[in-house]
Amino acid sequence: MNHDRLNLYLPVVGVVALIVLWYVAVWGKVVDPVLLPSPVDTFRAMWTGMVGGKLGSDFLVTVQRTVYATLIAAGIAIPLGIFLGASERLYRSVEFVVDFFRSTPASAMFPLFLVIFGVGDRTKILVAAFGAALVILFNVAYGVMNARKTRLLAAKVMGASRLRILTDVMLLESLPQTFVGLRNGVSLALVIVVVAEMFIGSTDGLGNRVFEAQQLFAMPDMYAAIFAAGALGYGLNLLFLSIERRFVHWAGK
Amino acid sequence: MLDPAGVAVRLGSLATAPAHVTVRRLCKSFGNSTIYDGFDLDIPRGRLTSIFGPNGCGKSTLINMIAGLIPLDAGEILFAGKRLNQIKFGYVFQNYREALFPWLRSFGNIEYPLKVMKLPKTERRTRVERLVTHLGVKIDLSQYPYQLSGGQQQLVSIMRALVVEPEILFLDEPFSALDYEMTLFMREQLQRIFMETGTTTVLVSHDLEEAVYLADRILLLSRNPARIADFVTFDLPRPRDSQTLSDGQFVSTKAHCLDIFQQEVRRT
Repeated sequence: MNHDRLNLYLPVVGVVALIVLWYVAVWGKVVDPVLLPSPVDTFRAMWTGMVGGKLGSDFLVTVQRTVYATLIAAGIAIPLGIFLGASERLYRSVEFVVDFFRSTPASAMFPLFLVIFGVGDRTKILVAAFGAALVILFNVAYGVMNARKTRLLAAKVMGASRLRILTDVMLLESLPQTFVGLRNGVSLALVIVVVAEMFIGSTDGLGNRVFEAQQLFAMPDMYAAIFAAGALGYGLNLLFLSIERRFVHWAGK
Repeated sequence: MLDPAGVAVRLGSLATAPAHVTVRRLCKSFGNSTIYDGFDLDIPRGRLTSIFGPNGCGKSTLINMIAGLIPLDAGEILFAGKRLNQIKFGYVFQNYREALFPWLRSFGNIEYPLKVMKLPKTERRTRVERLVTHLGVKIDLSQYPYQLSGGQQQLVSIMRALVVEPEILFLDEPFSALDYEMTLFMREQLQRIFMETGTTTVLVSHDLEEAVYLADRILLLSRNPARIADFVTFDLPRPRDSQTLSDGQFVSTKAHCLDIFQQEVRRT
């Protein structure tokens, strides 16, 4: 019992160790103090930045862009993935194209999207949506294609029509894999949004905050922005995991 | 399900039970191996027929073809003159874990075929509840399949097959994924269900004791291409119980089946 409760605190160990190590590095001047501010300075910068500071508004802008990008990606990729996955031959015929663009770094598409959509929010969101959509598409299609044959046969033997098998069985069978795609997709969207915010004529967003702080040599601010981005990525993943646990309670059982 | 005529047929002599399923000139091959080549079979109405034979002889293939899960290469299968799409039947898979829908509660799983038949919600409810009382099943049907034991899950999938009040019930090695204790329990459940409903039942089994214990007729298949090695009658009255296993008629029927089985296995 006592042991179990102690185990709950295990994840804290790494965090504490990291902070202690950080303190030791600052205190022992292992790293140039200009490059590595103390944890206290960093967290103070994070606090003042998040509460009413520029960091808070940049954080929200990045959240908004990532969410839009993911929604657009999911809105296109989920129906398309189901459509393609429902016929294995159809998917095989486009598989190479999907895999090719999935493997293409989305950041390489910035210039193209800039030319087409100009400098602005739209471009950042669309590049991120492009990257995320391919990841989601591929996962949804595989989820549909890998639906358990026995389950499909069971529905068929009960007289279910093809459409019914698709909506009642295949769709639900593909949900666990769809969520894997969504989680990977949202992570990728965040990466692309943050990178986009650093470069193409950006004035806001977490990427811009990191970049600006670095340009101004405001190291506590830069670390604060990095941690905020990390917290955002972790939080989004956690959010999707908890949605997944709720809606796909049967996964792996 | 419980019409007096059906009961009367069941009380009649086994030999005169009319054919419910007729298989004629059935052919099936997978790649180079011919599983069936001009195979004929009559499955009697209102009886429990077990199918037993050497590994890979096509026991499951046979009921899968009868139930329309895999196409025939040639031949004809009729159900008292009707085609498969004109009758209601139930099918129970060996792998209940993959055959049940884990996103539906047990109740939802059982009523699913009624939903496919587009019955209204209240009627679906009544029919599932009627079946539950009829069978005396004591499972919490608001649980998801993965919350139940293996035996309970298989019971749920048997109920899903029975809820449409099928003319014929097919079971493909339904208990082979269960432990021995649960298998014994499920045999009793199946026997009770059969006695209650009198539904023509076809059971594929890889366990000779089970095949004989549960059956009115035991279909023994040969090696490929499969022929009927024997179609044994076993008419010990029901309910059968653990005493049955030491009954002289059971022992001699099982020994006879084993004999034929071994002849078939040794044949090269």
